[in-house]
Amino acid sequence: MHQKILQIMLIVSFISACSNVGVKPWEKNILARDDMQLIHAPLEAGLDDHIYFSKEASSGGRGFSGGGCGCN
Amino acid sequence: MQLNTEVRDKTKDKSRFQKISPALAIASIGILGANETLAKDELDRWDFDTAVLLYAEADDRVSAVEPVFSATRAFDNGETLNIKLAYDTLTGASPNGATPSKQKQIFTRPSGKGKSTIASGESPLDDTFKDSRVALALNWTAPINREWEYSTGLYGSKEFDYLSLGGNASIKHYFNQKNSAINFGISFSSDQVEPKGGTPIALAEMAHKSDDDFKDTHKKTREDDSNSKTIQEGMIGLTQVINRQTIMQFNAGFSYTSGYLTDPFKLLSVIGSDKSDSDYGANFQDTNSNNIYLYEARPDSKLRHSFYWQTKYSVSNGDMIDSSYRFMIDDWGINSHTLDFRYRWYFTLNKERDSYLEPHLRYYSQSAADFYQRYIDSDDYQLGDPNFSFASADERLSDMNAVTLGLKYGWRYQEGKEVNIKLEYYSQSHSGKKGIGSLSNQELYPGTKAVMLAIGYSF
Repeated sequence: MHQKILQIMLIVSFISACSNVGVKPWEKNILARDDMQLIHAPLEAGLDDHIYFSKEASSGGRGFSGGGCGCN
Repeated sequence: MQLNTEVRDKTKDKSRFQKISPALAIASIGILGANETLAKDELDRWDFDTAVLLYAEADDRVSAVEPVFSATRAFDNGETLNIKLAYDTLTGASPNGATPSKQKQIFTRPSGKGKSTIASGESPLDDTFKDSRVALALNWTAPINREWEYSTGLYGSKEFDYLSLGGNASIKHYFNQKNSAINFGISFSSDQVEPKGGTPIALAEMAHKSDDDFKDTHKKTREDDSNSKTIQEGMIGLTQVINRQTIMQFNAGFSYTSGYLTDPFKLLSVIGSDKSDSDYGANFQDTNSNNIYLYEARPDSKLRHSFYWQTKYSVSNGDMIDSSYRFMIDDWGINSHTLDFRYRWYFTLNKERDSYLEPHLRYYSQSAADFYQRYIDSDDYQLGDPNFSFASADERLSDMNAVTLGLKYGWRYQEGKEVNIKLEYYSQSHSGKKGIGSLSNQELYPGTKAVMLAIGYSF
């Protein structure tokens, strides 16, 4: 129970700390670049995920690992 | 009467037509022009992304070819529709789980038709590994208002013996002047596997073609039903702008899989473990002097938790760094750590129209599943009455370290248009319990090495 409260407090403090960081809307030119998107090459990311999904025990994390295939 | 009038007016109409025709021609050009503009406008709303991946493992093991096509349409109110189509073909041989042996080994093919012979000292491979898969995914993302956005998706893939269908939905809330976003998502998939020749019964002994009553003994190792599994996933994510050059993503998620999670093509060798016996370290044999191999068995559920942290940073000269760390833990006893690092080095300062080189380094490490065993001791096998419920020799469930080294070259010849090529080398090493007796001379953990080449074109 104590652990849960601690976890919630951590998450809340983490989110509230976020309000102190960031930029004004007119300062987002660099972050708006294609290569600064979180997944900047979605097709490549999908192909990589498929390879690692079929060769390793872990998958997903960045997004959903989704359904399987006969390869795993 | 009407007909007569038509005949009478024919000549008149002809000359009238001759007069009108240039006007019609001009008008039609106008219409065609308008259609062309419409078509061009429509095309401008679409982004296309294509790629093909070639994957080849060393020693003539698995090789794969996977072309992918993705199209995204942007709508006026900020909605986007993405359609993704992938096709892949796999050929080659994959480890069947049994250990190499000082003697030659004979395996019944998974379908029950035919057998394969493995020379002494060689890694037993299942050479019937051949499949093609087609997958289609649709995704729709739309804003609800200035601060909320939702996304839904459908997914389906089909192979010869495997079908997977799924859907997902998520909702995203922007706050703190859109410097922060919190995302909640759920996903559900349902998979169906129908192995050719039926599904092996967990821990049943593989029947040998040389047995007199092979048909009967083989049949006794099989159940006819198709097998299914469901995958439920949930995720909470936080995206945070740190400063003008840095953005971070944190995800925490779970995935619960239940149903048939066993690999129907994997076997385990039973090895003589009695030190005083002459077959110490050799394949344990049945009364017909055939090696005993068992079909593997995995639990029928798996609960996994994941944590993911990604940071993207734009260096002051405009180069880009993308790094991430992922931790996963599941109730099969597997913990994994994944570190990924990419550095995009631009040749000039114009980021929208430039060439770049992108080195890539990935490190992956996992601990073995609790029930992973490279082989089974005959003591544990207890003459057909094993003292365990689950066992697998699938190298993907073993202690593993893997490294990927890659280099990508991209050429952005116009804004939003790019051609790229990526070459990567992937190396896996496994470890686990050592061989006993004569088995200690065999290579039980040969590892996997692969080369990947991907060519991409976005327009």
